[in-house]
Amino acid sequence: MSALLEVEDLRVTFPTRSGPSEVVRGVSFTLGRERLGIVGESGSGKSQTGRAILGLTPPPGRATAARLAFDGIDLRNASPGQWRSLRGIRMSMVMQDPKFSLNPVMTIGRQLMEAAKRTAADRAEAKDRAMAMLEAVQIRDPARVFKAFPHELSGGMGQRAMIAMMLITEPDLLIADEPTSALDVTVQIEVLRILDRLVTDRGMGLIFISHDLRLVSSFCDRVLVMYAGRVVEEVKASALAQARHPYTQGLYGCLPRIEGSVRPLPTLQRDADWAL
Amino acid sequence: MTLIASREWLLTEQPASRGQARFGQAYRTWLALRGNRLAMVGLGITVVLILMAIFAGMLAPYDPVQGGDLRTERLLAPSWAHLMGTDDLARDILSRILYGSRITLLVVGLVAVIATPVGLFVGTIAGYFGGWVDTVLMRVTDIFLAFPQLVLALAFVAALGPGIENAIIAIAITSWPPYARLARAETLTIRDADHIAAIRLQGAHSARIIWGHVVPLCLSSVIVRVTLDMAGIILTAAGLGFLGLGAQPPQPEWGAMIAEGRQFIIDDWWVATMPGIAIFIVSLGFNFLGDGLRDVLDPKARK
Amino acid sequence: MTTADIEPEGRHGALPPWLLRLGRLLLSLVFTLFGLLLVTFVIGRVVPIDPVLASVGDRASASAYHAVYLKLGLDKPVWEQFLIYVNQVLHGNLGESVLTSRPVLDDIRDVFPATLELSTVAILLGTLVGIPAGVWAAVRQGRLSDQIVRILGLVGYSAPIFWLGLLGLLLFYAKLGWVSGPGRIDIAYEFDVTRVTGLMLVDCALEGQWPAFWNAVSHIMLPASLLGYYSMAYISRMTRSFMLQELGQEYIITARVKGVSEARIVWVHALRNAAVPLVTVVALSYGGLLQGAVLTETVFAWPGLGMYLTNSLGSADMNAVLGATLVIGAAFVTLNLLSDVLYTFLDPRVRRRG
Repeated sequence: MSALLEVEDLRVTFPTRSGPSEVVRGVSFTLGRERLGIVGESGSGKSQTGRAILGLTPPPGRATAARLAFDGIDLRNASPGQWRSLRGIRMSMVMQDPKFSLNPVMTIGRQLMEAAKRTAADRAEAKDRAMAMLEAVQIRDPARVFKAFPHELSGGMGQRAMIAMMLITEPDLLIADEPTSALDVTVQIEVLRILDRLVTDRGMGLIFISHDLRLVSSFCDRVLVMYAGRVVEEVKASALAQARHPYTQGLYGCLPRIEGSVRPLPTLQRDADWAL
Repeated sequence: MTLIASREWLLTEQPASRGQARFGQAYRTWLALRGNRLAMVGLGITVVLILMAIFAGMLAPYDPVQGGDLRTERLLAPSWAHLMGTDDLARDILSRILYGSRITLLVVGLVAVIATPVGLFVGTIAGYFGGWVDTVLMRVTDIFLAFPQLVLALAFVAALGPGIENAIIAIAITSWPPYARLARAETLTIRDADHIAAIRLQGAHSARIIWGHVVPLCLSSVIVRVTLDMAGIILTAAGLGFLGLGAQPPQPEWGAMIAEGRQFIIDDWWVATMPGIAIFIVSLGFNFLGDGLRDVLDPKARK
Repeated sequence: MTTADIEPEGRHGALPPWLLRLGRLLLSLVFTLFGLLLVTFVIGRVVPIDPVLASVGDRASASAYHAVYLKLGLDKPVWEQFLIYVNQVLHGNLGESVLTSRPVLDDIRDVFPATLELSTVAILLGTLVGIPAGVWAAVRQGRLSDQIVRILGLVGYSAPIFWLGLLGLLLFYAKLGWVSGPGRIDIAYEFDVTRVTGLMLVDCALEGQWPAFWNAVSHIMLPASLLGYYSMAYISRMTRSFMLQELGQEYIITARVKGVSEARIVWVHALRNAAVPLVTVVALSYGGLLQGAVLTETVFAWPGLGMYLTNSLGSADMNAVLGATLVIGAAFVTLNLLSDVLYTFLDPRVRRRG
């Protein structure tokens, strides 16, 4: 069985006044229908990796790769038409904060319908699917939320609507870019549980991007640890404790433990050599 | 060597004094501005205008007010003798335009000198004291903003009587409100800053705090705003001149010159066209410069 | 996941929040109009050395002078004079014009439709060209088309409108003969049209006077395009900057991820958001046209409020000048209020919360 996504030597470059600056520097991995976590601190290039896969590197940035293929389709030179037939239908992305990622002047319903109509036969079917999807993300009163504007929903509700919007076409690959970081801790778990169930039920590939190592390790099968635009380590989530790279060990060591805390609290060591 | 050294001194990340930091900031602004081609064109036009005003006496080939022979030299088309032609009183249009640059600069300069302090004064007081002082002052400002500028200036000139001095006063009276709003907004952001609080704790008088600490911090953004408005001021002054309310004949004010050429527009197009080109180029210059300055100083608008 | 997740729509019970907001806006309108009166009062009574002379003109007889002196209440304290003035204006009395010997309000009623017609055609042109141009410039940011829109805008900001008007008349009327000259309509048609609304185009169309209608169109074309160009300069520039701001937002990425077409992203997602502040911009430039109209009407002999104002200025007819100033100010303020109200309807965040 061929991999769902193959990434080889992905690089993302932004021009700056003092020459080009590479924020993703040769990332390679393959993804099947599994859950891959990407962790790293802010600025490590994890979000730009996710966006580059969807061809959404913001200009004037540029993404290049030795190989970037989705289900055997070469994405490097995909035409706008090809991208449109992939995005939304076969691959999609949930972003961090529904406050910004939902269009403030459109009702949730209209935004859902935009996605639903792409695979539905007609309006009525699209509407039915949208309602069903709102229920699937455990929104009690789908009719009301359908008519609501984004600012009328709480963060947790907004993110559910966002997940509904991104999964309504049953894509093969979902990229979740810090999907719960903007939410209250109590709501985080709920939203994650919903995401977890939908991904499992549909057998999708998932790339879960987060700065939260614990979250990633409990949620994913495999973890990529990124530092300064590079993957410094790839480990099985269950084997994080045996991670070899000092940065991963550092991240892991910073997690609070139930069996009593370490004193003094460890600080994260960074080494300029890792960035090389 | 000294050039490179001074460049380093200007661009250092750790300025040794406030002065060095300020010069360094100005130098960085200049470097960014220099990269903007339109802004450089604008700066060039502004410099040429100033030089024209200074050296009008030496550059002008003829007297701007005293015309030539009325029988033979009226309404001559542009030629080598009269590069921009002559008007109906046989005056050389080029000479009048050269001298007219003095009036334009005078208007722009005086309006800036009058309106900037008024705006700063009203804005910083309103912002610093807040409460009912703020409400009253800003209400007054809003009322002035409720009239289109030219219309209000027209009404003022109508009451004061036509003339260049009154036109300048009228434009200044109608220009300060935006500066007051800006100064107030800036004051609000720094009023509660720690260093202002520290000065207040030392027992400094309000007037002293405003004059010594608030005004200097607001000054730069207000000055940029005034630069952005210069083209508008020139156009308003020209409009007043065109309506016969600004500089009075025989003064070579550009707007009034267009009005004089208006009746000859069909047959002797140059009389009204030439001063119009002068106004156009000068305000285009200020607009280019202001646009570039805004790009450099306001990163939000740059994008 | 109870309904508590959805925020309550109105906390004030009986009154919907948008009504409260409307009330606040109206209150501030009344206050500002009062301020306008104060300004025109100061200009009319306090600034001139002799307000009577300013009001009756210098050809008035001594008895007429004295009558006006008493009527203005100049023997009374200033605040009382102001109350008299406000009272008069509230009763629709803006004084009498020296030039026409008619009440100023009647004069203004006659000339205002001409200005309204001119500036409405102009703002339509400016908006219909300016918004697409601004959107286009934003989408093609930094490329040649963006530069062209930018430079066209700066040129619009820089050229004196009365000068462009003269050049336009010279070129399109005198040399090319593409448009008709000064005025609203040829004298030949002038008496064919009965005045209903005062808007020449509407009146002609109402009566089915099509030759007169097309003649009026050829008259309004040039001044309206000129004024429209000025508002186009402003509108396209603001559209560009609002669009750039919106196109950089996260929800645009969401739309791209959903596979929404680029055209729909630009014209529906981004423009719909940019439209909210754009309403204010269009209203402001509509008001700004009142100012441009003063100079344009003078050049094109367009018998509107602007020409009335400049004619009155020429004969130092202070009542007429102040009356016209007041009306323009009031129109300007009302337009701003309208834009605020429209804003309320366009932005769901304001609409539901007040």
